[in-house]
Amino acid sequence: MSQAIASPLALCLALLTAWCVVGFAGLVRPMSIAFVGRTLFPLGALCGAALAIVAVATLDQPTEQMILPIGLPDLPAHLRLDALSRVFLLLLGAASAGISIFAAGYFRHGEGTAPGLLCVQYHLFLAGMGFILIADDAYAFMLAWETMALASYFLVTTQHRIPEIRRAGFLYLLIAHVGASAILLCFGILQGGSWQFTFDAMRAAHLAPPWAALAFCLALAGFGAKAGLVPLHVWLPEAHPAAPSPVSALMSGVMLKTALYGMIRVSFDLLGQPVWWWGLLPLSLGLLSALYGAVFAAAQTDMKRLLAYSSIENIGIIFTGLGLAIVFAGAGMRAAAALTLIAVLYHAMNHAFMKSLLFLGTGAVLHATGERSLGHLGGLIHRMPWVAWTTLVGALAIAGLPPLNGFVSEWLLLQSFLFAHTVPHPFINMLLPLGAALIALAAALAGYVMVKFFGVIFLGQPRDPSISKARDAGFAERIGLAWLALGCALLGLFPNHVIAMFATVTRQLGLGALPMSDAPWWLLLPIPERQSSYAPLAFFAVILIVVVSAIYGVRLFYHQRIRRGAAWDCGFGGLNSRMQDTAEGFGQPIRHLFQPFFAIVRELPSPFDRAPAYRLEIGDRIWIGLYLPVGVLVRFIADRVAWLQQGRIATYLLYSFATLVVLLALAL
Amino acid sequence: MNAFDWIVQLSGIAIALAAAPGFHGWVNQCRAWLQNKSAPSLLQPYREIRKLFHKDAVIAENASRLFLLAPYVVFGAMATAAAIIPSIATRLPFTQAADAIALVGLLATARVFMSLAAMDVGTAFGTLGARREMMIGFLAEPALLLVIFVVSLTCATTALPIIAERLSAQSFALYPSLAFTAIAFTMVLLAENARIPVDNPATHLELTMIHEALLLEYSARHLALMEWAAALKLFNYACIGFAVFAPWGIATNHAPVNLALAVALLGVKLTIAGGGLALIETVSAKLRVFAAPEFLATAFLFAVLGLLVRLLLGA
Repeated sequence: MSQAIASPLALCLALLTAWCVVGFAGLVRPMSIAFVGRTLFPLGALCGAALAIVAVATLDQPTEQMILPIGLPDLPAHLRLDALSRVFLLLLGAASAGISIFAAGYFRHGEGTAPGLLCVQYHLFLAGMGFILIADDAYAFMLAWETMALASYFLVTTQHRIPEIRRAGFLYLLIAHVGASAILLCFGILQGGSWQFTFDAMRAAHLAPPWAALAFCLALAGFGAKAGLVPLHVWLPEAHPAAPSPVSALMSGVMLKTALYGMIRVSFDLLGQPVWWWGLLPLSLGLLSALYGAVFAAAQTDMKRLLAYSSIENIGIIFTGLGLAIVFAGAGMRAAAALTLIAVLYHAMNHAFMKSLLFLGTGAVLHATGERSLGHLGGLIHRMPWVAWTTLVGALAIAGLPPLNGFVSEWLLLQSFLFAHTVPHPFINMLLPLGAALIALAAALAGYVMVKFFGVIFLGQPRDPSISKARDAGFAERIGLAWLALGCALLGLFPNHVIAMFATVTRQLGLGALPMSDAPWWLLLPIPERQSSYAPLAFFAVILIVVVSAIYGVRLFYHQRIRRGAAWDCGFGGLNSRMQDTAEGFGQPIRHLFQPFFAIVRELPSPFDRAPAYRLEIGDRIWIGLYLPVGVLVRFIADRVAWLQQGRIATYLLYSFATLVVLLALAL
Repeated sequence: MNAFDWIVQLSGIAIALAAAPGFHGWVNQCRAWLQNKSAPSLLQPYREIRKLFHKDAVIAENASRLFLLAPYVVFGAMATAAAIIPSIATRLPFTQAADAIALVGLLATARVFMSLAAMDVGTAFGTLGARREMMIGFLAEPALLLVIFVVSLTCATTALPIIAERLSAQSFALYPSLAFTAIAFTMVLLAENARIPVDNPATHLELTMIHEALLLEYSARHLALMEWAAALKLFNYACIGFAVFAPWGIATNHAPVNLALAVALLGVKLTIAGGGLALIETVSAKLRVFAAPEFLATAFLFAVLGLLVRLLLGA
């Protein structure tokens, strides 16, 4: 018994239960911000940090299984802790620790749901995601999956008095359940006629190729809907901005990764050896999402919507990598598959940190100014330096700039694309390398998006006089931001340690580890015979040395006199904040270049308007072309079916009678 | 790794720092000759940088620390890039720290910092310039990466020194894939270095400028660093081009004779490249800003063509 308590799985279970307990403790004094914020959320953050430590400390221990006699009779919950779960538990724990600390200072009165209730929903959301990662049968998995979906639905609709937010919540719930039913069907196929819904039984089942392909497609639909893969992405830019910022951070940073976990679990573990052409589907959808997300992000004027679209872009990059890994694994190129899968996991981990950081930054800005629209912000680097500089780290990281973390994963992904031309299938091996060009385009667009995001919010002059009273974030919020920014820096500077962690996953999935053992610890050299190397520490050190010596050199040889004056601006003078470029203006080249992507509605004022107004709406062609027709169809069928509801009891009795007669006839 | 390697490495950086404004001056000189103007001295860029260093810096009232830091970061990035690129020797200690993709990332870092600094004061021209610079950047970066990709497929590595070594070891032959990518690379070079036809380095017409608009609010030492960094960027791009498309003469060991030869050959290559650049700039007209994407899309397509030729024909 003492061994069972000390086992890592039991520890994880205890920590997840602790999250539930912390959450329900919020009901003790549901209206007290002091209790919920200063006590419960930091406790939740501690649980998260402990979970991350347990996951990382036991990374190379063997897989562990456990059967919990709870749930339905004869259907105990099966739990399992393996390398894949551990890596994702690390992601969950480490990112949520920072987010929870930030949340401790974030939630305040008068923002919809009572703080105590919010605390329950928040921690159930966390625990639900944790249970997904250790579930080892379909029932436990779906139970945890639904807990996560419902808890996050209630969190999204925190401010349920606003109609748009209710609408966003409904859309989210709808697509979450369409996705969940696809996952359920996928598990139904995976059991392969044994009617055993444990994952072990699914691993043992041998599926005929068409059934396996169908299961893969259903998994892609289900998990893709949760991840926000185009064309199932429409809920994401609605729901993520609607939620309070720490929740947006959790949803974008962590929840989307549970979908990736599910996808890896199904395609590499439960289905056994994947077939190479399956990978083309996530690969092409991923490339589409990456480009689509980046283009739409560049055109947004609401800072949280911008980040939501940027999440679609990053999910696109992640699924592109996943697809490529499946192609490699199916073609028997194990080393290439391992490299690609490591790039995927690396990018998922990076995105958890950088996107959470950016969402928390927008949360701090939102609280300080009450503004979400980029058209009213500006110049906040003077008023909120702490938030500005930490957000800058996140923005540079997500733009894929060395030596931060976003660059490392994109570098690894591009390195793995260099294997693509050796895939033993003609024509495909010509097309695959072009995927790298699209990834490069998406990454470069991410740079554009982040310059817009950071520049419009934090630089320039305040576009609205009211925001010049903004104050910097509080103590707890600063710790949360600093934690995540530190994570971005460390993940970028010590890639070998991170890759060694992920190598446990690729070994477990039968792909082997990377042959990089002879490289020194500071040098990233994934494939020794390629000699392509990257040493972020040395790289960073040299930049730092040059920058510092330039600063001191200029001081030494010349002078450091500075005068402050009015901005020059080509000598025009009379500069005011309305002359700056707006967020719409910054998006204009993108709207121009990628016109086919958008459905643009523009109203220009005529010269005779008394109150000239300019309106620009950017619609999503997929929403108009795909979702609205489906909605019309559903309504049409519902109207026809409604004919059955006559509202007279005699008619309903007749229905019952007719049903009875039919059943009797069938029985005879 | 011995001390001599580090000396070679440091002198490589020093040569880049010292020669970059001279190369810039040489291009200006050639251009003036081609346009029947009397040419400024080769030393003119040095004089300008020196003059700027001596001046008092005037900074806008609402400029933040980011604005003051950016010139150093941009300069640091360009100097680091000079350390990565094998301009005179391939076996240098620092080149291992970054491959060609990291080099592209480094150039992107400089671009992002420059654009952010331009947005910092909040002038109309600065933000406009930042937007245009980033637009050119996101179009040029994939084309540049694709160029590197084609070369990497040829040489099975993304490490620039090894690319240079392998290509210079091959017998002289015209590879169609490399020819296409060389055209793509030249177009990217023109766009990224604010040359005609994408931008005009001599313009001060507010509505057409890109690179100059980013620097409008800078003065004195900050402007000097930015100008020096711009010259270094051009020098770096030229050296990337030499390493990939004309790698002959780059020293593969550190025998003093080879090193001296490499420096001399670098001078010859720079002289020719500067003349070519001035010629291109003289015979072409500046494009409208929204024609620049077409220009870069063409560059991208040339790189794709190079890739397909490489994969289909293996040539």
